Amino acid sequence: MADWVWSNVVVALLLMGTGGVVFYARRSRMWTETFSDLWRRRRFAVLVIGFYVLVALLDSVAWVGGMDQGEDTVARYEAQSILDRLFAGSQERSYSAPFADVEFYGGAPLTHPGAHILGTDLIGRDVLYLSLKGARVALLIGGLTSLLAIPLALLFGISAGYFGGRIDDVVFFVMSTLASMPGLLLLIALIMVLGKSTVAVCFALAITGWVGFCRVVRGETFKLRELEYVSAARALGVSEFGIIVRHILPNLMHLVIITFVLMFSGLVLSEAILSWLGIGVDGSWGQMIDQARNELSRDPIVWWNIVSAGLALFGLILAVNFVGDALRDTLDPRTLRETE
Amino acid sequence: MLNYVLRRIGYGIFVVLGVLLLLFILFFAVTTPEDVARKALGERVPVAVIEQWKVNHGYDKPLLPGPGAWRDNMLVEHYRRMLTFDFGRSDADDVPISERIKSGIGPSLALTLPLFILSLVVALPLSLLVAFFRETYIDRTGVVLAVLAMSVSILLYIIGAQYIIGRVLHWFPISGFDADPRVILRFLALPILVGLCAGIGGDLRFYRTVFLEESNTDYVRTARAKGCGEARIMSRHVFRNSLIPLLTRVVLAIPFLFMGSLLLESFFGIPGLGAITVDAIQGNDFSVLRTMVYIGSLLFVGGQILTDLSYGLVDPRVRLE
Repeated sequence: MADWVWSNVVVALLLMGTGGVVFYARRSRMWTETFSDLWRRRRFAVLVIGFYVLVALLDSVAWVGGMDQGEDTVARYEAQSILDRLFAGSQERSYSAPFADVEFYGGAPLTHPGAHILGTDLIGRDVLYLSLKGARVALLIGGLTSLLAIPLALLFGISAGYFGGRIDDVVFFVMSTLASMPGLLLLIALIMVLGKSTVAVCFALAITGWVGFCRVVRGETFKLRELEYVSAARALGVSEFGIIVRHILPNLMHLVIITFVLMFSGLVLSEAILSWLGIGVDGSWGQMIDQARNELSRDPIVWWNIVSAGLALFGLILAVNFVGDALRDTLDPRTLRETE
Repeated sequence: MLNYVLRRIGYGIFVVLGVLLLLFILFFAVTTPEDVARKALGERVPVAVIEQWKVNHGYDKPLLPGPGAWRDNMLVEHYRRMLTFDFGRSDADDVPISERIKSGIGPSLALTLPLFILSLVVALPLSLLVAFFRETYIDRTGVVLAVLAMSVSILLYIIGAQYIIGRVLHWFPISGFDADPRVILRFLALPILVGLCAGIGGDLRFYRTVFLEESNTDYVRTARAKGCGEARIMSRHVFRNSLIPLLTRVVLAIPFLFMGSLLLESFFGIPGLGAITVDAIQGNDFSVLRTMVYIGSLLFVGGQILTDLSYGLVDPRVRLE
């Protein structure tokens, strides 16, 4: 089957997974109360994140065909997302300021009918369209990296904290080794070695990002292991695996949620730095900012590219940071403070 | 005490050896000297030229210990060179790496040291103030401002400052560097300002949390109950007892001052270690990059040992055993 079919399948699976998680979380009073509290205190930030997720979804559902109007022939054979279809035919030839119907092209000004709310870039692509497309890239970076880093941290953190002894020694040594390398440099070295694809960038971010959370999980497991109900479970003959899954893991879930949210903004900001070094992910806001950097010295000045990308990035990070702070206040009064 | 110090240093050496192993895997096993040579010389080069390049750069030995090469191989060579600080020459332009590092430390420190001190001088009193007015509008405004400042990408700070202050207002040069102490400040003002803005949000939030945590303790309540003034409580009780978590962050930052700042240096044209690293990244110069990672982790391990030891100095309750 074609690639685009699979990407739609992945989107559907992700939606179903989220649905399943929500279904289970609704049965727990702690989670329902946490989220109603979050909704009451940070409604606007949650709505903003929801908007970004919606845009990313619109850009993820894609199929081939149905686009054969106009001169755009490549579009017939490449999968086009809903977002691509909404902005079909918005291509101009070169820069055009926000709301203007004239573009800088050749000697004489060229008029065009399309009103571009945020203008167009060097090769005439609509800036609003590009900024919206960045949402999917940002969520992909944050989501895929967390999906790699958090299970890794849970696996090693729980085994080190629960079993102790040799396993703990080895895990602790690996953690101190990774932690002692300068984060950004290790990240860059990994990407240079692994290549520059999206998956490679996320993998490198995960390798450098799991250590901090692993340390928290290890410490927390260490404490949980000594609690009475764990001793009781052991006395009743529950297996080690059963204890970890039934008694340790659920008590770490609040840390997982907080870490996911707090890590997310750091990941997206790191990607922006990587983009500037030329090893980022294609289509990210970081790349837009990097490409628009020199346009500020043009005359007349082209400011709309960098401002749109910067605001889109800022909006998402700010909303995520606010939600993360609120979640931490409700769910965890102490543990994560130290690792901030 | 001595026993503890020795054990701590021993573990540090162990970690550095681990870092070197990881560097070997990344830069010799995954990216072979063959790949590095092709990146330096180009794709369409005769095999003989590549072999000659490998000989010149000392990459011509077998990768791993094996029959006939138990001592004379890349793994042993890598450890020997790094541990004796014999970094060799750059893959890209044959300049000795140690010379480059020596020339970069000065400009890096000229930027990072004032930045470090200034951010402490600004962030600590501010966060004490915010913690002093906790649960009031001053506190809430401070936290919101800190989160706002944290949410802006450092790229935007740099580009914004260069455009507005450098290009439109012409207060300071957009980029450049001069070691002459009379003009150095003109060049450093803008990067220091940007570094301060980019870092202050996170600092403020961290210090505030530490101070608030300390002011919820029993002895602070006792001090307040016996009629001690709030200002005195903050300075004499809360601040002094918060020093342990503060030290972790502050002492650990000191070694990295030598590494310079990747972004600030290369955007503002300061020829420090950060700029050298960025050049190495953009020129596919793996030898410089791996040396920088190694030096960075050496500094980090040293800084960690210093931090642990300084706990004993600050807090008499901490016994180093």
